[in-house]
Amino acid sequence: MYEFEFKRPGSVAEAVAALGSEEAQILGGGQTLLPTMKQRLAAPAVLVSLGGIGEIKGVCTDDAGRVCVGGGTPHAVVAVETADSYPALSHLAGHIGDPAVRNRGTIGGSLANNDPAACYPAAVLGSGATVVTNNREIAADDFFDGMFTTALEDGEIITEVKFPVPQAANYQKFLQPASRFALTGVFVAKFADGVRVAVTGASEEGVHRWTAAEEALSANFSPDAIDGLSVSADGMISDMHGSAAYRANLVKVLTKRAVAAAS
Amino acid sequence: MPKDHGIGASSKRREDVRFLTGNGNYTDDINVAGQAYVHFLRSDVAHGRLTKVDTSAAAEMPGVIRVFTGADFEGVGGLPCGWQVTDKHGNPMQEPAHPVLAQGKVRHVGDPIAAIVAETPAQARNAAEAIEIDIEDLPAVIDMKAALQEGAPKVHDDLDNNLCYDWGFVEENKGAVDEAFSKAAHVTTLELVNQRLVANPMEPRVAVGDFNRSTGDSTLYTTSQNPHVIRLLMGAFVLGIPEHKLRVVAPDVGGGFGSKIFHYAEEAFCTFAAKALARPVKWTSSRSEAFISDAHGRDHVTKIELALDADNNFTALRTETYANMGAYLSTFAPSVPTWLHGTLMAGNYKTPLIYVNVKAVFTNTVPVDAYRGAGRPEATYQLERVVDKAARELGVDPIALRRQNFITEFPYATPVAVEYDTGDYNATMDKLLEMVDRDGFDARAAESAKSGKLRGFGVNTYIEACGIAPSALVGQLGARAGLYESATVRVNATGGLVVMTGSHSHGQGHETAFPQVVADMIGIPEDMVEVVHGDTANTPMGMGTYGSRSLAVGGSAIVRATEKIINKAKKIAAHLMEASEGDIELKDGQFTVAGTDKSVAWGDVTLAAYVPHNYPLEELEPGLEETAFYDPANFTYPAGAYACEVEVDPDTGKVEICSFAAADDFGNVVNPMIVEGQVHGGLAQGIGQALLEGAVYDSDGQLLTASYMDYAMPRADDVPSFQVDHSCSTPCTHNPLGVKGCGEAGAIGSPPAVVNAVVDALNRGGHNVTHIDMPLSPSRVWSAMNG
Ligand SMILES: Cc1cc2nc3c(=O)[nH]c(=O)nc-3n(C[C@H](O)[C@H](O)[C@H](O)COP(=O)(O)OP(=O)(O)OC[C@H]3O[C@@H](n4cnc5c(N)ncnc54)[C@H](O)[C@@H]3O)c2cc1C
Repeated sequence: MYEFEFKRPGSVAEAVAALGSEEAQILGGGQTLLPTMKQRLAAPAVLVSLGGIGEIKGVCTDDAGRVCVGGGTPHAVVAVETADSYPALSHLAGHIGDPAVRNRGTIGGSLANNDPAACYPAAVLGSGATVVTNNREIAADDFFDGMFTTALEDGEIITEVKFPVPQAANYQKFLQPASRFALTGVFVAKFADGVRVAVTGASEEGVHRWTAAEEALSANFSPDAIDGLSVSADGMISDMHGSAAYRANLVKVLTKRAVAAAS
Repeated sequence: MPKDHGIGASSKRREDVRFLTGNGNYTDDINVAGQAYVHFLRSDVAHGRLTKVDTSAAAEMPGVIRVFTGADFEGVGGLPCGWQVTDKHGNPMQEPAHPVLAQGKVRHVGDPIAAIVAETPAQARNAAEAIEIDIEDLPAVIDMKAALQEGAPKVHDDLDNNLCYDWGFVEENKGAVDEAFSKAAHVTTLELVNQRLVANPMEPRVAVGDFNRSTGDSTLYTTSQNPHVIRLLMGAFVLGIPEHKLRVVAPDVGGGFGSKIFHYAEEAFCTFAAKALARPVKWTSSRSEAFISDAHGRDHVTKIELALDADNNFTALRTETYANMGAYLSTFAPSVPTWLHGTLMAGNYKTPLIYVNVKAVFTNTVPVDAYRGAGRPEATYQLERVVDKAARELGVDPIALRRQNFITEFPYATPVAVEYDTGDYNATMDKLLEMVDRDGFDARAAESAKSGKLRGFGVNTYIEACGIAPSALVGQLGARAGLYESATVRVNATGGLVVMTGSHSHGQGHETAFPQVVADMIGIPEDMVEVVHGDTANTPMGMGTYGSRSLAVGGSAIVRATEKIINKAKKIAAHLMEASEGDIELKDGQFTVAGTDKSVAWGDVTLAAYVPHNYPLEELEPGLEETAFYDPANFTYPAGAYACEVEVDPDTGKVEICSFAAADDFGNVVNPMIVEGQVHGGLAQGIGQALLEGAVYDSDGQLLTASYMDYAMPRADDVPSFQVDHSCSTPCTHNPLGVKGCGEAGAIGSPPAVVNAVVDALNRGGHNVTHIDMPLSPSRVWSAMNG
């Protein structure tokens, strides 16, 4: 780790100001950023911690019935606080990493990082959620932009994520044996106006929707609806933990399981 | 009634109090006043010629004391190899130099190029980035078979090629073996990989070098399984420091699994630099650094063939193995695929003819050496896989086929040069079957099928040679050291004892088990006995802990020293009671005279030894302290039978271990709870190898599994609640405790049971899969099922 300056503002406004300085970077729970800094792969001059900003922590429900999660809310809090309002989200948050990771890591950090094997992006895209930042609202479909890339501008802070609550939903995570991130994960959400299916861990393009499955499931929300579909291995990640063909298979298997568990 | 103290009691591990409360004293806890810190700049390419190493800018960086490079070590010896193997033509192996810091070339990712000593760790690391290095990239040799091709790039320019040795065992038997194959009624052939593993002890390596200018004494604090061996190797071969001027301390060590046996460059560096700078120098490995600098394990590619006659008797066995040495020869590397592997190829079977061929190969990878089991897991795995495959091909019960070929008479001289002293392989198999309810398997399989899962049952036996080893024998086999152990037992005036042992405990529980032995012999409470280990300054010469040898060899030395103590104490007691020595008996800490009611207590005798007012001074020296060296007459041969039941999810290929049972014969057992713990740990590591672990290099020699993000260690929820048993005991015939050793058995015996079970599940599910290479990750199993 190189030396850096540490700032801990008390409000979003102060954080925005602090992020104005040269080579400043947001620190959420530090579960991704700090190991990267220790390995000297990242070297921010100023770290602006969101840890002291009460206004972006916690979970509430807005007038439209959406579950709103503060951008600085740790996974463990989401797991507890959404248990009744959005069980599929609660379950997903409760199975990220280990207790230490869940107590520190935040939803904002996870989304900003957009690791191709992360869990939250699947929930956000699968729910059609809205990502709120210090200066705008971004629809999930516009937020994720390929592995480790998002629509966020430099220094833009995720302050909140608004999840419409589906009629039924489920997240199926198949563990990568070493990291226990998602080797592949599928989030299925059934809304009154249709079904959304988001896939993480599988594609070289990062989290994405499986539109063919969405159509089939919107017509018939049952595991059988997936049977006739095929998933191409083209563009799927291939590594020591699984070939492209294997991941393509998982997409289908996990989607069926998610539907079975959700319905 | 289980015993509550002494040999056979599950005494609680006294060392756990400090380990579990964070009060252990590990090497990284040792800070010497005025210490500086070293950071090693390591190669990030697998193979290249160093054309420029310019340290001038780095030397000017804040806090930098000095920057060392390979040039500073030109007058110093390289890291020695402790075992010389002779090839099948009678020639010694090719043995390359292993400089402390790279000279001229880098040979694996992680090879240290320069060492920066600075006031703080961060300053040392900052300065490393200011070193200017030019490396002319050379093509890396990673695949062993490619490395042996004519014209392959050479890891070591001054060697003939990348072949360390081509070993044939027993070469004279080769013709007879080949002939038996030509006459066989059935031959089963299997090609398999025993994958490379990273040991990953919980505590990464640390070294602190110190030099006392007024006495000229050097001290090295290090994370070692054998401080005396490090003192000898580093003092005599690398730095030229005589043993009386060099102290090596290995305090609490957080696991080793073999990887902390070896003498490493960082130890030599810290000792050397401390003297050069007259400053203590400390190095603490990061986990990332451990992946590319600790010796790896296994990495064998094998073809094994089993010949059977028409009655399914094993008639011959033939193997050809490529064993990866990595870029340099680590301390015991050459012995692992030969004397710790070839000699075990008979397994539990009376196969009359065996020929083992091993080609040891240099590649641009981290050196490979002993890792829990060392050679024996590789032997067991291939043998138990090929036997299982043979049973499947012949359509016979795999257990019946094994039983039919078991060795049943002991002692038994194998065709691969070792003699098993005792054993009862049918007994452990019977016990295993009692434990596993094989009859209920079909019902359980039907239950699994209801949830779409395939269930399988796998079994295997194993034998290992441990308690290594007779010095005369290993000397003939190429060891450059003896393999005895020594102990000093010091009795204090008030009766307490200190046992100083050359064995080293890095998790094994010696501080509990050794006192159980001594206390039992004298008949006193265990807490009157204390164990001292891990410091060459206050323990007798030692060969250290590996090869499950501590109790069998180190414990035997303690028994011998304690016997000497008792003999002398009896003389003193005889004097005190005015009786003849031959009539003195010692029981429950009391000396009595046979046939009388005279008695003196242990404490009366020990006090007399140190306050010799009434003492036979003409015949006997005062004091009560004895040393014994014990050199074993043979290896010990623990053996057992293991069974595993798995469920495979055919949709994803995920394997779940439903149950695992181990029936071991460890001979006599001193502390059953510690033995169970050792077996549990070994099983977890064996299951880790079978399902999860594996070091993967790409073709450029980059380690793809260089952190826990990609190297899958077993977690608690990856393993079932184990059933273990060690009641089938055939005590070792040649050591005084009748013990065999239990530290590696679990890791040796478990991988084939798991793989056999998975193959069984797939075949029951209608998939004609004969073999899957470890680790049996979901994707590999799924791929095997889906062609
Ligand atoms: C052992 C381990 C296991 C894990 N397992 C999983 C898993 O199974 N599934 C999974 O999904 N994840 C997993 N993670 C990742 C974990 O969820 C991280 O917490 C998350 O990816 C990053 O969140 P953080 O709050 O720690 O962000 P940080 O590490 O602090 O920051 C990450 C990045 O996001 C930026 N950032 C942080 N907060 C914000 C914000 N509010 N607005 C804008 N930018 C921001 C930072 O500048 C940085 O670039 C694991 C991590 C570890 C260490």
